Amino acid sequence: MDRNLLTLLEDNATLTPEQLAVMCGKETGDIKKMIDRYEKDGVILGYKTLIDWDKTDREYVSAIIEVKITPQRDRGFDRVAEKIYNYPEVQSLYLMSGGFDLCVQIEGKTMKEVAYFVAQKLAPIEDVVSTATHFVLRKYKDKGVIYGIVDIDERGNCN
Amino acid sequence: MIDYSSVLSKTVVSMKKSGIRKFFDLLDGRKDVIGLTVGQPDFVTPWHIREAGIESLQKGKTYYTSNAGMTELREEISRYLLRRFRISYKPEETVVTVGGSEAIDLAIRAVTEPGDEIIIPTPSFVCYEPIAALAGGVPVIIETKAQDRFKLTPEALRAAITPRTKLLVLPYPNNPTGAIMTEEELEGIAEVLRDTNILVLSDEIYAEMTYGRQHVSIASLEGMWERTIIASGFSKAYAMTGWRMGYLAAPAPLAEQMLKIHQYAIMCAPTTSQFAALEALKNGDEDIAMMVAEYDRRRRYIYNGLKSIGVDSFEPEGAFYIYPEIGRFGLSSDEFCARLLEEYKCAIVPGNAFGDVGEGFARISYAYSIKHIEEALSRMDSFITKLKR
Repeated sequence: MDRNLLTLLEDNATLTPEQLAVMCGKETGDIKKMIDRYEKDGVILGYKTLIDWDKTDREYVSAIIEVKITPQRDRGFDRVAEKIYNYPEVQSLYLMSGGFDLCVQIEGKTMKEVAYFVAQKLAPIEDVVSTATHFVLRKYKDKGVIYGIVDIDERGNCN
Repeated sequence: MIDYSSVLSKTVVSMKKSGIRKFFDLLDGRKDVIGLTVGQPDFVTPWHIREAGIESLQKGKTYYTSNAGMTELREEISRYLLRRFRISYKPEETVVTVGGSEAIDLAIRAVTEPGDEIIIPTPSFVCYEPIAALAGGVPVIIETKAQDRFKLTPEALRAAITPRTKLLVLPYPNNPTGAIMTEEELEGIAEVLRDTNILVLSDEIYAEMTYGRQHVSIASLEGMWERTIIASGFSKAYAMTGWRMGYLAAPAPLAEQMLKIHQYAIMCAPTTSQFAALEALKNGDEDIAMMVAEYDRRRRYIYNGLKSIGVDSFEPEGAFYIYPEIGRFGLSSDEFCARLLEEYKCAIVPGNAFGDVGEGFARISYAYSIKHIEEALSRMDSFITKLKR
């Protein structure tokens, strides 16, 4: 497993195989093969772009919902999790230690839409005991990137 | 009206304006230029280090420290030098300075008698020659060669030594060439110096920035510790240029004398910065590893990128500069860089800013994002294509 290659791609998926090859000290063909293999093996699951939607005119809200559930015999939390993550509104879903079981992150156009999702889709799922919805007021940082700040090179020429 | 020309020191007035400064003045205030000129990391000082500085202020640590620096910091510097470079200094053999630059200044001033010769291999950083001249010394320049990969050779050193030779400046890993000196190569230099009374000022500010092999300090070689002054600092390794934190390490009889100058001229290095430096030494090894891995990727990228647009350079092994040969495009270094700037809004530093031997070369810094480097390379490509027509 080439950690160097994966780290580079995780940081910037727009790098071409040619660029990656030079930076890793490998042949372009080998890099292509490795990426191919990682995609097939599910090591690399996708490529996305971080967008600060607050800078656009798109209306959206996101919320984090704490969900308590009753685990099922044999299948534990997995079957309930599957029911939840199949909704396209759900951006991320984690099984948690601590005071609740599942952490659902969802996005919707309006608060009403999120409320509707919780009330009509999430809460009625069998085995869901309770939910607590927290709306996100502002995103400061996501996937290691700080939002709202544009990098300006302030370095002086000194040496 | 006062006649300034009669009141100023003649030595200072006759000092040349640094060639690098001259070029940077052309860049001042220009926003349209994409540059690869900056000699400092593009990383911000790691947060835990910044936080240590902030916390010291919150706790009201705003006093002077002792002249040589906080005891705890000097202890950490000793540990660091042993841990990273296998060189052993007691805390009292170190002095905390205002950047590596002050350490260089102290070392040269503390040992130079009027007329003493100070050997300076070039191309190298611009400060050694003027500081030597200010101290009444006579700079003796050794021009290192591209075919020697810009390393100092024992032959060149031997040829430069006279009975007046006092000090050899050893600027490796090198700014601007990216050259390093391996243990075997340093052994050749040590061999020339062992039976002499010549001192070495080893400028190791880029010691952490080596690629593929660990930096070796000449002080770790047999018989060399006693004659070596190490000047180093936090600017490059921990991305702390603005904190102005450096240090020197030398045998006590030398360190004590250098400390006297520091005591009268500076008092002590900034306290806030000392607290930040302490945190850097204690918990910063991983930050160095992360940044060096990133520089290494960019180094490969720019080396190959230049090669693919037909610009040859030797593959740098240290620091974060590459030093391509541009003379074959038929322009002087100054002309090449000035036209690249004017016609393609791309800035690189003429090689002769680092000594006359740099004519025909240019210094390119790769302390920039890949995207930035890519854009600069494409502008250079257009310029070179035009020159070839």
